[in-house]
Amino acid sequence: MTPRRVLRTVVGSLMTGATYGTALLAILPLAAILAMLIVKGAGSLNWDFFVKSAVPLGESGGGFAHAIVGTLIIVALACAVGLPVGVATGIFLAEFGGGRIGFGIRFVADILNGIPSIVIGVFAWSWVVRPMGHFSAVAGGFALAVILVPIVARTTEEMVRLVPNSLREAALALGYPRWRTSLQVVLRTAAAGIVTGCLVAVARVAGETAPLLFTALGNDFFSTRLLAPMAALPLQIYRYAEGPYDDWHRQAWAGALVLILLVLALSLVARAVVRGRRQHA
Amino acid sequence: MTDLSATALEPEVAPRSTAEERWRALQTVSRGDAVYRLVLTVFALFLPLLLLAIAGDLVVGAWPAIAKFGPSFLVRSIWDPVNDQFGALPLIVGTLYSSFVALLIAVPLSLGTAIFLTEFAPRWLRTPVATMVELLAAVPSVIYGLWGIFVLIPLLRDHLWPIARPVLGHLPLFSGVFYGPSVLAAGVILAIMILPYIAAVSREILLAVPAAQREAGLALGGTRWETVWRVILPYGRAGIIGAVVLGLGRALGETMAVTMVIGNRHEVALSLLQPGYTIASAIANEFAEATSGVHRGTLFLIGLVLFLITVLVNALARFLVWRVARGSSVGSTAL
Amino acid sequence: MAGVSTPERAGRPRPSVTRPVPPKPAPAAAPATPRLATEALTAWYGGSTGVRNVSVAFRENTVTALIGPSGCGKSTLLRALNRMHELVPGTRVEGQVLLDGHDIYGDGINPVQVRRRIGMVFQRPTPFPTMSIAQNVAAGLAVGRRLSADDRDAVVERALRRAALWDEVKDRLRDSPLDLSGGQQQRLCIARTVAPEPEVILLDEPTASLDPAGTAHIEELVQELKREFTVVIVTHNMQQAARVSDTTAFFYLGELIEVGATTTMFTTPTKPQTEAYITGRFG
Repeated sequence: MTPRRVLRTVVGSLMTGATYGTALLAILPLAAILAMLIVKGAGSLNWDFFVKSAVPLGESGGGFAHAIVGTLIIVALACAVGLPVGVATGIFLAEFGGGRIGFGIRFVADILNGIPSIVIGVFAWSWVVRPMGHFSAVAGGFALAVILVPIVARTTEEMVRLVPNSLREAALALGYPRWRTSLQVVLRTAAAGIVTGCLVAVARVAGETAPLLFTALGNDFFSTRLLAPMAALPLQIYRYAEGPYDDWHRQAWAGALVLILLVLALSLVARAVVRGRRQHA
Repeated sequence: MTDLSATALEPEVAPRSTAEERWRALQTVSRGDAVYRLVLTVFALFLPLLLLAIAGDLVVGAWPAIAKFGPSFLVRSIWDPVNDQFGALPLIVGTLYSSFVALLIAVPLSLGTAIFLTEFAPRWLRTPVATMVELLAAVPSVIYGLWGIFVLIPLLRDHLWPIARPVLGHLPLFSGVFYGPSVLAAGVILAIMILPYIAAVSREILLAVPAAQREAGLALGGTRWETVWRVILPYGRAGIIGAVVLGLGRALGETMAVTMVIGNRHEVALSLLQPGYTIASAIANEFAEATSGVHRGTLFLIGLVLFLITVLVNALARFLVWRVARGSSVGSTAL
Repeated sequence: MAGVSTPERAGRPRPSVTRPVPPKPAPAAAPATPRLATEALTAWYGGSTGVRNVSVAFRENTVTALIGPSGCGKSTLLRALNRMHELVPGTRVEGQVLLDGHDIYGDGINPVQVRRRIGMVFQRPTPFPTMSIAQNVAAGLAVGRRLSADDRDAVVERALRRAALWDEVKDRLRDSPLDLSGGQQQRLCIARTVAPEPEVILLDEPTASLDPAGTAHIEELVQELKREFTVVIVTHNMQQAARVSDTTAFFYLGELIEVGATTTMFTTPTKPQTEAYITGRFG
C-alpha cells in the first residue's frame, strides 16, 4: 500500500471511531440525567410525598400531592379541548387537504408548532387571565390546549394517510359514501396510530412549565377549583429547585422523577397501543 | 363444492323491490359528504384563526412599548422598571449568543451521531441508540434545568474550569470570575436539548440519499468515511443545514432550562463565563409581576420579536429540508 | 338471438351470442334487455383516453371476460361500469352505461347508489383489518336496509356459502381476516361483495395475486356466481378467460376489437389483432 493509501485508511478509521464517540457523547447526558433522578429522587418517594401538599416555609416534610393532582387536572382540561380539535383538523388534512386550503392549514400548523411555549403562555394570559381578572387552572388548560392542537393535527394526518388507498376503494365499491368510508373504514384502521400520536403529544404537554407560569400560576395548597390558581408538577419542581431550602431541592428531585416516569409511562402506553392493535388485526 | 342453490338455504331475508323502486333509489341524494366536509373544515379553520389571534395579540399588547420606544428599543441596553425605561439589546444578544454556543456544540455531535446511525452502527445497535437519542427530546425542560443547577454547573465550575483555567483563562472569551450560572452553562444545556432534533432530521436526510450515490462513491474506490464525507454529506447538504436551522429555532425559544442556569442578568458580556439573559427568560421571570403598562408592553414586545424570529427561522428550516426530501414526511412532526 | 327467457329469473346458465349492440338504446319493454350494457362509452384520464367508443352488452347470468394486453383499457372500462373511474381527479366519461336500460351516468343519478347495485372485487384482497370475518361480510349491509341481528347473521352465512368459504370459517367468524390465506381473503371479499345482493359483479384480475390452488377456487366460484349474478371479469390470463367465461371481449389500445362467444373467439376469431393476441404473437 502506498503511504497515501495508508493515510486515507487511518483517517477513515479515525473518523469512524469519532462517530462512535459522538454517539456516545450524545446519549451520555440521558444516562446521567436518568441516573441522577433515581439517585436523588427515589429516596424521597414515600407515602407522604404523594398524599401531602406543601408545608409552611422552612418546615420540612410535606409532599407534592397538590402538584400531581394539579397536573392531572390541567392536562385533562387541555385534552378535552385540544384533542378533538387536533384530531378533526388532522382528518381534514388527510381526507380533504390536497388543495390550497389544505396546504395553507398544514403550513400554519407547522408554524404554530415552532412558536415557543412561553409566547403561548402570554397569549393565554391575554385571552383568559386578563378578562377573568385572576389566574386559573382553566387558563393553564387553555394554554396547553393551544400547544396540543397543531401537534396532534400533524400526527393524526400522518396516521390517516398511512391507510392504504385500496381499503378506501373497497369501501367505496360497496356503495359507501365518502363520509362513511372515512369514519368506518379509514379512521378505524388508523385509530391505533392516532391514539399513539395523542399520547405522545400529551406526554410532551404534561412536562411544559413556561405556559403555566402566568396562567395557572401554581399554588402551595391543594386545590381542585378550576377557576383558581392551581399547582402543577413542573411548576412545583421549578419553584423548589430555585428556592433556598435543601428540603425543597430534595423534593424537586423527587418531583422530577415522578414527572419523567409519567412521561415515560405515556410513551410506553403509546407503543403498547400500536403493538396491541397490530397483533389484533 | 358446497351447494349454493337457493333452496338449500333460508329464504331471502326481505322481498325484492320492484324495478321501479330500484330505479328511483338510484336517484336519491346523499348529503352526508357535504356535511362531513363542512364540519371538518370548520375545525380545521381554527388553526389559522389561532395564528392570527396570537400574532394580533402580541402586536396589540406590545403597542405601549412600540409607541414609547420605537425601533431604538432593539439596540438600547437599559432595563429600568421603576422609570419605565427599557431596551432589549442584552436580551437579543443573550438569546443569539447562547443559541450559537449551543449549535457549536450540538452540530458536530448530532451530525456524528446521525452518520453513526446511518452508516457505521452495527444493526443491533441502531435501534437502542436511536431510541435513546429520541428520549432526549422527551425530557421536560424543567428537568434539564434542575440537572443543570445541581449537576452541570458544579461540574463546570468546580471540576472542569480549574483544569481549563491555566490554558483558557487569559482569553477574553473566558474572562471574569466563574460563579456558575453563565452563557456557557446555558449553551451546554441547550446543546443537549436540541441535539435529538438535529440528529433525527439529519438522519432522515441521510437515509433519503439514494443508494446509488453511496454505491457510486464506494465503487470509485473510496473508504466508507470518504464516501460519507465527499458524496453523501454534500448530497444532503441543504437538508442538513435545514436540520441545523431547525435546531436553532428550538434553541431560540427554549425557556425553563435556560432560565435556571443562565444567571438572568441584563448585561451584554463577551465572556462565556458571565451570566446572561434571553428573551424567553425575561418573560418567564418578569411577566407575572410586571406592574406598569409599559413594562408589560415591553415584555409583549420582546415576545413579538421572539415570535417573528422563530417563525422565520423555522420557515427557513422547513424550506431547506423540503427541498432535499420533497414529498416525504421528513421532519414534519414536532418530534 | 338465442334463448327466450325473462331476464329476471335466475336459471340454468345458458350460452349466449352477443353481437355489438346497435347504436339505439334498447326499449325497456323488450325481454332481451341486457342486464348491463355500454353505449359509445369513452373514458379519459386527464388528456389521454383509456377506452374509446365502446358499445358492449353483458347478458344476465353470464360471465364476460375482458382481455387484452396491458394498457388496453379493460380495467378502465370495468371501473367505468360502477362509476369508480370518476373517483380519480381529472377523469371524464362520455357515453352511456345502461343498467336494465337506465343510464347510470344520467342526470341526478347518485354514484353511491349505483355502486350498491354493481359490486367490485379487486386484484389484491382487501379485507378491512379492524373488522372480524363476519363484520367484513356484513360491511356492505350497513348502507342498505336495516336488518335485525339474526337477519344479518343469515345473510352473512348465505354470502359465505355462495363464496364457498362457509365451511372453512364458520367456527371463527369473530376472528381477524388477516389470519386467512390470500385465496381465502379473496373469497371473503367476494362474500362481502355478494352479501348486499348486487345485480352485477365486476372482478378486476381477482386471481392475479393468488397461487394456483387459490386461483382454481376462485374460478370455480365465478362459474357458480353466474347463476345469480351478471359477472364481468378482467383478466390478463387468456387461459383463465377460456376456462371461466361465456363471452369474451378483446380490447387493444383502448378500442373494443372483437366480442363474441368464448369458444368462437378462441378457435375462429374474425379480427387479425384478436388472432395475434390469442396466439401469443404479442402480449
